Order: sequence, then C-alpha cells, then structure tokens
Amino acid sequence: MTVVSLQDVARVHEGVHALKGVNLDVSPGELVAVMGPSGSGKSTLLNLAGGLDRPTSGRVVIEGHDLAEVRDLAALRRRSVGYVFQDLNLIPALTAAENVMLPRELDGVRARQAREEALAVLAEVALDHIADRFPQELSGGQRQRVAIARALVGERRLLLADEPTGALDTATGDEILQLLRGRCDAGAAVLLVTHEPRYAGWADKVVFLRDGEIADSTEVPLESAR
Amino acid sequence: MSIRHGMLALLSVGPRYGYQLKQEFEASTGATWPLNIGQVYTTLSRMERDGLVEPGGADDQGRSVYTITEAGREDLERWFSTPVGQSDRPRDELVIKLAMAVAAQDTDVAHVILTQRTATMRALQELTRAKRAHTGGLAQRLVLDSTIFKAEAEQRWLDHCEAVLKEKKA
Repeated sequence: MTVVSLQDVARVHEGVHALKGVNLDVSPGELVAVMGPSGSGKSTLLNLAGGLDRPTSGRVVIEGHDLAEVRDLAALRRRSVGYVFQDLNLIPALTAAENVMLPRELDGVRARQAREEALAVLAEVALDHIADRFPQELSGGQRQRVAIARALVGERRLLLADEPTGALDTATGDEILQLLRGRCDAGAAVLLVTHEPRYAGWADKVVFLRDGEIADSTEVPLESAR
Repeated sequence: MSIRHGMLALLSVGPRYGYQLKQEFEASTGATWPLNIGQVYTTLSRMERDGLVEPGGADDQGRSVYTITEAGREDLERWFSTPVGQSDRPRDELVIKLAMAVAAQDTDVAHVILTQRTATMRALQELTRAKRAHTGGLAQRLVLDSTIFKAEAEQRWLDHCEAVLKEKKA
C-alpha cells in the first residue's frame, strides 16, 4: 500500500492554478524528490501530501485515509506525518530531548514514556549523547538531525522534508540525506523538496514540477534497473 | 594531465612494477580512467628515456621494478604546484549542442533541456548510489564526489538555461 497517494490533484489559490492534475504515489521504503523553480508548486504539493491543505479537486490519500473523508486532519497528521523544514523551528528554551518529546506529549503520551521514545529516536540519529543540550549548543547539522528525530518520533511513516539541508555545507547535507535514506530503507516514505540536484540524487524517483504540473520524472528506467 | 604524472605520483611512494601501477592508478581514480598495460609500459620507457624513472632490477617474481629519480620527483613537484588551466579541459559536447539548438532556431530547445535534465538526474542517482556503496579509499571517494559535483553543475546550468530562455520568450 502506498503511504501517500495524490490522484489527479489540483489546487487553486485565489484563481491561480498552483497545481494541475498531479499524480504521485510514495510507497514504504521510497524516497521521492520534487524539484522545480520557485512558484512551480513544490510547497503546495508538500502541504497537500501532508494534510496541511486540501485539494480543490482530485484525491489525497494518506495511509488509506481519503483526506476528503477525514474530519480531524490534525489527528491524522500527528499520527502519520512528520515534517522537517529548512528553518528548524526547534524551541530554544527546550533541550534536544524535550523538543523531540513535544509532539508525543501533544498526543497525550505521558512525559516519562515520551522521553523514552525521544531518547530512542535520538539514538537512531546518533545524537543520544547530546539529548540534554539546548539548540544553541548544537552545530547546524546536529540541530537538523534533532528536527528529523522530532519528525520521526512516534513511528510516523510519512516524512515530508522541505529543503532540509538549508544552509548546511555539502558534507553535512550529505549526512542529512544519509539519515533520510536510512529511514526509507527502514520502511518510511519520504517526500523531499529540494532545489539542489546533489540531494535529489539520493532519491529513488525524481519528479520535476513546472507551472504546477509534473513535467518529467526519472521513474521508468529506475524501476527497470532494480 | 598525463598518465605520466599519475604514475610518478604512485612511484613517489616506492618502487612499483608495471601491472601494479595500472592497478593502483585505476583504484585511486575510481576506475574513471582505465589504463591498458601497453600504455603503462610505453609511458615507463619514455620516462626512463627522459631520466624520470629507472629500472631497479626485478621483484621476487621476476617482474621489472621501477624507481622514481630525483628529476622525476622534481617533475612531479612542478606538476602539483601548477594549477590546471580552464582552457586545458576538453570541450563540452552538451554546451555546444545547446548553443546549436538555439542557433538552429526551429529546434524545441526546452525539450532538449528537459531530455538532458532527466538523463543527468538519472546519472546523478546512479553516482549517489555508487557513493553510498563505496568502500574504497579516500582518493576514490573524492573522485566520485567530483563526478557528483560535475553532474550537479550541469543540472544547475540546465535550470539556468531554461529560466533564461523562458524570460526571452515572454
């Protein structure tokens, strides 16, 4: 089963067609990269895939739930979707572990269990040794890994990443991709928006967006190459 | 760049025989530059003629071993201290193809760009996969990184071409 499926999706913002007739599936274990110039619809696509927005027409299905039929989108998002953004949005007054615990506490999980889960996922991104440090005490790469840990906590299987390598240098950016790739290989589905070809190169499939439409994708030869 | 400087660099580590030079050269450059053994021996004998290497007998299996000379070390040092000029690099077929596509006027340049971009991205995916699977030495890894950076530069340039063409059309 696909983790997220966009079926003939269109989105109109104030009369402007941000997306037109987009079809895209992301399966467990798959990393899909979306590339395109600014204004091509990348962010709109990511927001729709993560249930932050609803399509004007077409269907978006996240883990079997058609968004049109979901009444509590927030609950579905919390359960299924993790987000990693360019500006990390870590809370400066909270330690790395507390930042990662936060979404679980919002889910109603008790603090002790949330902390255990946070430490486990921080260990997965090789940061358990800095769990009690504050964001300003971490390097840029470490902060981004904490943000990824926060997106993963609670076994969410869909990870949406919007330019997650931001201003990181290329070696650190590669580490972030290595980490996302590792999560994919462990069964997560990752949808990555990037304008950097070197990071798109880590994907199983690269989709090129132009003016709200998928202009091309690297899909076919890759599938046959496997 | 010449094979000769690559071989001098390997010989600066210690005496080597021909086949060993071939293998180490290919391992360091990540097999992006395969050598045939004939080239290796031709180069060795020219370098011997020019006084850059000297045959130093045979190893225990009877293979001729070469050693770098003082003149060879100086030549190598000169090579390392000289930057590579932009004009010394080969012409890029893609650049010429796109320039000609624009010059030909009735060609669908946007399609040429799209086709190339998808192909280059596939190459980039392949290279990234090779890098993830990479277990060889540091030299080889940096060669792989270089091919990734080149493919990336090509991709960025194609994006740039597309944006400029679109602007001109509008």
